[in-house]
Amino acid sequence: MSVVSISGMTKTFPKGNVTALQEIDLEVEPGEFVSLIGPSGCGKSTLLRVIGDLIQPTSGTVEVNGKGAHQARLDHDYGIVFQDSVLFDWRTVTKNVALPLEMLGWDRAKRKQRVDEMLRLVELQGFGDHHPWQLSGGMQMRVAIARALAFEPPLLLMDEPFGALDEMTRERLNIELLQIWRRMESTVVFVTHSISEAVFLSTRVVVMSPRPGRIAGIVDIDLAQPRSADTREDPRFFEHVTAVRELLRSVGADDHGSVLAEEIT
Amino acid sequence: MRARLRDWIPAIVVFAAGIAAWQLSIEIFNIQKFLLPKPWAIVHACWTQRHELSSAGWLTLKEALGGFAIGSALGIAFATVLARFRRLSDALMPIAIAANAIPIIAFSPIFNAWFDPLSLTPRMATAGVLCFFPVMVNTLRGLTSVKPSQVEVMRSYAAGELAIFRRVRVPTALPFVFSALKVATVLAMIGAIVSDYFGTFGSLGITIKNSVALFDFETAWAAILVASILGVGMYVTVSLVERFTLKWDPTRQERGTA
Repeated sequence: MSVVSISGMTKTFPKGNVTALQEIDLEVEPGEFVSLIGPSGCGKSTLLRVIGDLIQPTSGTVEVNGKGAHQARLDHDYGIVFQDSVLFDWRTVTKNVALPLEMLGWDRAKRKQRVDEMLRLVELQGFGDHHPWQLSGGMQMRVAIARALAFEPPLLLMDEPFGALDEMTRERLNIELLQIWRRMESTVVFVTHSISEAVFLSTRVVVMSPRPGRIAGIVDIDLAQPRSADTREDPRFFEHVTAVRELLRSVGADDHGSVLAEEIT
Repeated sequence: MRARLRDWIPAIVVFAAGIAAWQLSIEIFNIQKFLLPKPWAIVHACWTQRHELSSAGWLTLKEALGGFAIGSALGIAFATVLARFRRLSDALMPIAIAANAIPIIAFSPIFNAWFDPLSLTPRMATAGVLCFFPVMVNTLRGLTSVKPSQVEVMRSYAAGELAIFRRVRVPTALPFVFSALKVATVLAMIGAIVSDYFGTFGSLGITIKNSVALFDFETAWAAILVASILGVGMYVTVSLVERFTLKWDPTRQERGTA
């Protein structure tokens, strides 16, 4: 059974009658790491939110773990991470990570145990009593990931989680994320506008075209697992990067222009 | 702690210098006491009139505190309801903001007609109405200035409106509420003293009015001093509660003062 199953899904925003997504069909199998990439305005973040039932599709069906997206949200079937880590300043790191567990009604002892595990997983032991603003951007993002994974959701949705970080932090967190993904055996849907990040992380890269947002093509990334810093120097890595870039160019998004547009918006 | 004490030294020095300049200028320019009594004479009057001042101060404090508590509580309650029903708040907010511009203190003699003028109620009402508007407007602004992404995160945990209110809206609103409450302490004391002037009660405003009528300016100034200390006390108390409650607030970390 697919973790995510979307068929014939269209999303129109009534304001200005904008078609953000048109006739999207996508299946994500368990254990996959799927990236959505495309120029700004291609609706990749909207697609992620539709999967998470944070936005309702206009037509078509969206299923997560074989049930409607709405029911999946109520069942805590996914964890979500945004570009801005969206931590709560008034909560310590420990309490931020514990928040979804509170919502699930876990008792204090069980919460504490899990939070300790999660902080070890993202290598933030000893920072539990800090407030988010006392941490660097990369550490904040690790807290957000720990929070999203705290209740072991079968699906992890990530919306440009590393977009605001510097290149070195981003590459390190990429490797950490892959380690977590393997260890937790979860499924990831990952929005990015970095071609190399998409290729490095993913088992499949979904290339989207803008206005209206459509799936232009899917590139299978069969680079060996587990991936490491060496993967980025593998000639096959560059072949995949080129393939994704060509596809982006064919949909009218010169990758240079698209990156620029992303930065402006 | 030592560093904090050092932060206060400039203010203390300026304050002491101001008092010294006050005392000196009276000596040098031979200022009449109905214009400005000597600081020492005011302190002396505080002592000799301590019984009247403490009972008057107690009454005024009760008026101010009561008005502050009722006005602020109602302000927060109204804001909570309005935050839930955006239609209602869209209709009422312009009216509330306009009402805030009304010199509410002018209603003070009217409140004497509405409520028993021999009780504390009309004075509390004035102080309460003065507190109500800024607290309501600020609380509503706080409750509605939640980041949409934080609400999205909560919804991804299947959180309902109540959980979002408790865990996101309230903490976001708290800094707004506290800055309004600090303003409200000052307004409550102003409301209490000014409405005292229209009363017949043994409160601080009456002490000031009667002492001036009897050319007892030292006592009038002493009563003003008591009122100031009470007002500052209320403000500082709220500031301390704020500092304790908002320990997490990053914008408050560097600034040491209340």
